[in-house]
Amino acid sequence: MGIKRQEEAVIIRQEEIATDIYSMWLHTDQIAELAQPGQFVAVYCEDGSRLLPRPISICEIDRADQAIRLVYRIAGDGTKELAKLHTGKALRMLGPLGNGFPKKSKKAIIMGGGIGIAPVLQLAKELTGDKSIVLGYRSELFLKEEFDKCGKVYVATEDGSIGTTGNVLNAVAANGLDAEVIYACGPMPMLRAVKQYAEEKNIECWISLEERMACGIGACLGCVCRSVKKDSHTHVHNKRICTEGPVFSAKEVDI
Amino acid sequence: MNTKVDLAGITLKNPIVTASGTFGSGAEYSEFVDLNLLGGVVTKGVANIPWEGNPTPRVAEVYGGMLNAIGLQNPGIDVFVERDLPFLAKYDTRVIVNVCGKSKEDYVEVVERLADQAVDLLEINISCPNVKEGGIAFGQDPNAAADITRAVKAVAKQPVIMKLSPNVTDIAYMAQAVEAAGADAVSLINTLTGMKIDVKSRRFALANKTGGLSGPAIHPIAVRMVYQVAQAVKIPIVGMGGVMNANDALELILAGASAVAVGTANFTDPTITRQIVDGITQFMAEQGVEDINELIGAVRS
Repeated sequence: MGIKRQEEAVIIRQEEIATDIYSMWLHTDQIAELAQPGQFVAVYCEDGSRLLPRPISICEIDRADQAIRLVYRIAGDGTKELAKLHTGKALRMLGPLGNGFPKKSKKAIIMGGGIGIAPVLQLAKELTGDKSIVLGYRSELFLKEEFDKCGKVYVATEDGSIGTTGNVLNAVAANGLDAEVIYACGPMPMLRAVKQYAEEKNIECWISLEERMACGIGACLGCVCRSVKKDSHTHVHNKRICTEGPVFSAKEVDI
Repeated sequence: MNTKVDLAGITLKNPIVTASGTFGSGAEYSEFVDLNLLGGVVTKGVANIPWEGNPTPRVAEVYGGMLNAIGLQNPGIDVFVERDLPFLAKYDTRVIVNVCGKSKEDYVEVVERLADQAVDLLEINISCPNVKEGGIAFGQDPNAAADITRAVKAVAKQPVIMKLSPNVTDIAYMAQAVEAAGADAVSLINTLTGMKIDVKSRRFALANKTGGLSGPAIHPIAVRMVYQVAQAVKIPIVGMGGVMNANDALELILAGASAVAVGTANFTDPTITRQIVDGITQFMAEQGVEDINELIGAVRS
């Protein structure tokens, strides 16, 4: 686990990139240079009635300009508040938090589903080997142009309006993709299916989980997931998503 | 200026401690706060054996507060003694160990294990609303609370703080019951039982359905209950409940608390405990208060 910082990050720009999905670039003091693909930040709200920080994954890292990009979906009042903020506004946040994706030099498939597409963009940028990128959307595309610059992108949409009809695994099958390692982030049903697929094909698989969090730093035990083995920190069959995760080997978690 | 307070014969360098369950055993927050600056660290509840806790979601935000139903997940006393206590021993702060159990025997076993450890005070949790056995069942029945108090006191080598639940008709009566049974201090308030429902999914926000409400929403209740208990017992009080800043802490002190625990506010700012310690010193300087003890229970009608 690396260094965590509490910082006032300053919004460089913010825009809505799809319905209710916002992209925000922030200038950070040290978070950008410390961050790895798959890690997240905990963003505090200004409104004192909202006590808990919002855990948001880091979508892109620009280490040269000390900037990070957050792409998030409006899920409630906290993210609604975030979406209204303008350039120059400072946001208090903790980061970088958790463990990111391990970068393997193997033939890879990177899978993102829904807002879970955002956490795998920086990984797609940094993985240098042979890779395919599979993105699952409901219907409206976002971030696809950024992924196009990183490698070959395959799209699945639930309504079939673009690419393969269905989910990321339908796109994998339709395009005959194979890999030695899978990286995935998305809704829980997708991650369960990806975990099962990887186990059946005996492919190494890393998944990024989410859960309601409070402290964000491993103290409160709010955001645990079931682990296959007894965890070395908690000494029960639970791992802290904020600290041992959010990225786990699919084999070590019971989801 | 004196900020030292006495808690059942143990001197705290200042009245600010952490609230059990919000601060782990201090390791995670030590990256953000110098633990040497705190009056004490109250550790997360520890039982005789590891507890898995409740299913997720375990936390939910509500207006001005949060609900939690962690279910007292803990690694058990063996790991706690081997890993967490040696970590805390490195700091010049008081170590207050919160003890939980499902039966009287569980509490006694943990307290016995802590007898020869570097622990300054024990806080006995008879008020957790999120576990089916033990916890609040003992904290809502004055006879059961007194019974646990006597059993723990019979084996404890450190002063015993009984942590009281606000989910009762008369908290002063509960405080009197544990005082009569030998408690050295009381702490209050634990969380208030609450519930949140997501209207779109029509589901409970917490897997446990109910959870403990904490945060600024409960602070006025804490002030009222600390005041009522202070009128009813002679033993010292650790006050807690929604303390977000020095002003909130001072309210509890004026109501009668000798020490104040800071809990949910740690989630809103990991450096908040230190800020509250500084804020109290600043208040004393501004108000010409030479000794913090002048403020304990000093509310005027």
